[in-house]
Amino acid sequence: MSTNMIDSTLPVNVEKKESKLAKIGQFREIGLLAFIIMLMIAVQMRNSSFLTIENMTDMMTNTAILLILAVGMMLVLVTRGIDLSIGATLALSGMVVAQFVSNHPQTSPLVAILMGIGIGIVCGLVIGGLVSFLGVLPIIATLAMMNIYRGMTYMVSDGKWISSYQMPENFVGIATSKILGINSLVVIVIIVYIVAFYFIGHTRTGRQIYAVGSNPESAKVTGVSEKKIFLLVYTVMGGLAGLSGVLWVSKFASAQGDTATGFELSVIAACILGGVSIAGGAGKLSGVILGAMLIGILNNALPLLNVSPFWQKGIEGCIILAAILLNVMVKRGVEQNNLLRRRV
Amino acid sequence: MKKFLMLLVMSALFLSILAGCTQGNTSGTTKNTDTEKAEKEDVNGEPLKHAFIFKNTGNPYGEKMMQGFEEAIKESGGEAILRAPDQPTAEAQIQIIEQLITQKVDSITLSGNDPDALQPALKKAMDSGIKVLSTDSAVNAKSRTTHVNQADPEAIGRIQIEAISEMIGGKGQIAVLSATSQATNQNLWIEYMQKELEKDEYKGLELVKIAYGDDLRDKSVSETEALLKTYPDLKGIIAPTTVGIAAAGKVLTDKNLAGKVALTGLGLPSEMASYIENGVCPWMYLWNPIDVGYAAGYTAVELVNGEITGEVGDKFEAGRTGEKVVVEDGDGTQIMLGEPFKFDKGNIAEWKEVY
Repeated sequence: MSTNMIDSTLPVNVEKKESKLAKIGQFREIGLLAFIIMLMIAVQMRNSSFLTIENMTDMMTNTAILLILAVGMMLVLVTRGIDLSIGATLALSGMVVAQFVSNHPQTSPLVAILMGIGIGIVCGLVIGGLVSFLGVLPIIATLAMMNIYRGMTYMVSDGKWISSYQMPENFVGIATSKILGINSLVVIVIIVYIVAFYFIGHTRTGRQIYAVGSNPESAKVTGVSEKKIFLLVYTVMGGLAGLSGVLWVSKFASAQGDTATGFELSVIAACILGGVSIAGGAGKLSGVILGAMLIGILNNALPLLNVSPFWQKGIEGCIILAAILLNVMVKRGVEQNNLLRRRV
Repeated sequence: MKKFLMLLVMSALFLSILAGCTQGNTSGTTKNTDTEKAEKEDVNGEPLKHAFIFKNTGNPYGEKMMQGFEEAIKESGGEAILRAPDQPTAEAQIQIIEQLITQKVDSITLSGNDPDALQPALKKAMDSGIKVLSTDSAVNAKSRTTHVNQADPEAIGRIQIEAISEMIGGKGQIAVLSATSQATNQNLWIEYMQKELEKDEYKGLELVKIAYGDDLRDKSVSETEALLKTYPDLKGIIAPTTVGIAAAGKVLTDKNLAGKVALTGLGLPSEMASYIENGVCPWMYLWNPIDVGYAAGYTAVELVNGEITGEVGDKFEAGRTGEKVVVEDGDGTQIMLGEPFKFDKGNIAEWKEVY
């Protein structure tokens, strides 16, 4: 109340001066955005084929799966959890669906996608149950389930791969077809983000996820069911991983037992780069998009730069570290400014 | 600043924990095969135990090799122990080797994930009386008795250059898409390819880049796409690795480059069937992994029986694969299986069902 009073007494010109800068300044991921733009310019200077429509399309389709998974991972991280099992869930769903469509070539692509989501949801429900009802630490529960799901994938496949000749045309077409001139994978990403944007920002449950993450005690006092939220976020994560499994298998036209091993680390890295806090409670979709895009750009640009393969991993690590440092510093500055403004 | 430092330390710790989680698993799959009639037995009256360690689990190529190995060991009346780590790392294989030493097996046959890193563990195995041989991917000469080579590396390098030259009419830019930059066998083949390219008849061919897809689908796809963009005049790609050639086949198919960019290399018939049938890859090569495992199994049995010592000039009958001779290989010795098998439109339909 008192701050409002004081605010209104401020001279008008000061407010005007602040508003423009403040609008940009309030965007916490501005450091990351600036870093991405600088990186893109640097890559373009070394290889002119980087900023071409073809390469941008390739990059978007190659980053699509990472973008989808990052949404789910953000929700999990916001509740102070973590999910290490998504690579395994992805592989399991991809393998089962690939086997199904190879035996039933008539299956419609939509059914295949729904089947993948269904398998993922079941996988997620198990983890959600472990975390919320049995109180197992998320990192332990998902680590255990990661190994179980990976083992199940090998068991289901009997160590064999499903190859492209076994997959019907329309199934492989999920990843290569276009809707309104845009690659279907990108369309799916856009749909996922629109739904997520509405869910996170404009529904009661969406806000409760943040409440549980930022202050579990007061959330409990206000009547938010922690168990329900935990179950929900891991189920959503599982569903998205299941969806990604179908997309992955369709995109690469091959299902292997070791599909996407270690992919969860890229997803977690994308979230953290995008400003999602491991300590829970904080994380924005815009940040996650930027974080995933940075990883996507690195995967796309490093092969174009003609650097020695011995250096590639090291360079990737350095760039990620630099991006995090810059982002953290800019973010602290922005937050400090925000605090200062409040005190006035 | 203190808070900021803490954050950094925390994230570093966290990442290292994560890294530990994914790589610490070496449980793998263990399949023990007890044979009904144990003719050959060791001093304690138990059948001889022959172990096979592949690079990682869930690789159909490895499964076939294990199948052949098991077959050979069964024929000799021994017991086959088949192991593979979850991750294709040397560390994971070292753990398995240690376990096998404790189990007191009679021989270890392995496809190495690193030529040198396994040396201490394998030395220890040899010191405790276990016969050690490598197959598929060799370990260095000091850490093995002999090596069973799936095919003559010189022949593999030569045949692939011959193939790409024929496909693109002997003129134009070519690139190699390999597995990891540390893969022993791929590096050796590429070396022979480069030697072959020095010949006069291949003057028109220009090797522009050796890219590494790390045998990962997504990375191999990115690398292939980068090759096509960086070298718009690229005429051919040689991918001497299963995942790489299939990923490249998929990219060339999606970009409608059949007939414009030729693809050949070493791949699994099942994975490559679509791309051979649609013309992206006119033909490619591979040896028969069952035979590789089978010959390795026979070599292991003969070594343990003392019929051969792994010295140059030793001869033995390797079951249905015929007589084999131990030949020189740098500092060590090896046994060669012959030229790789060619897969094209004519025979791919029958082979895609096999492996």
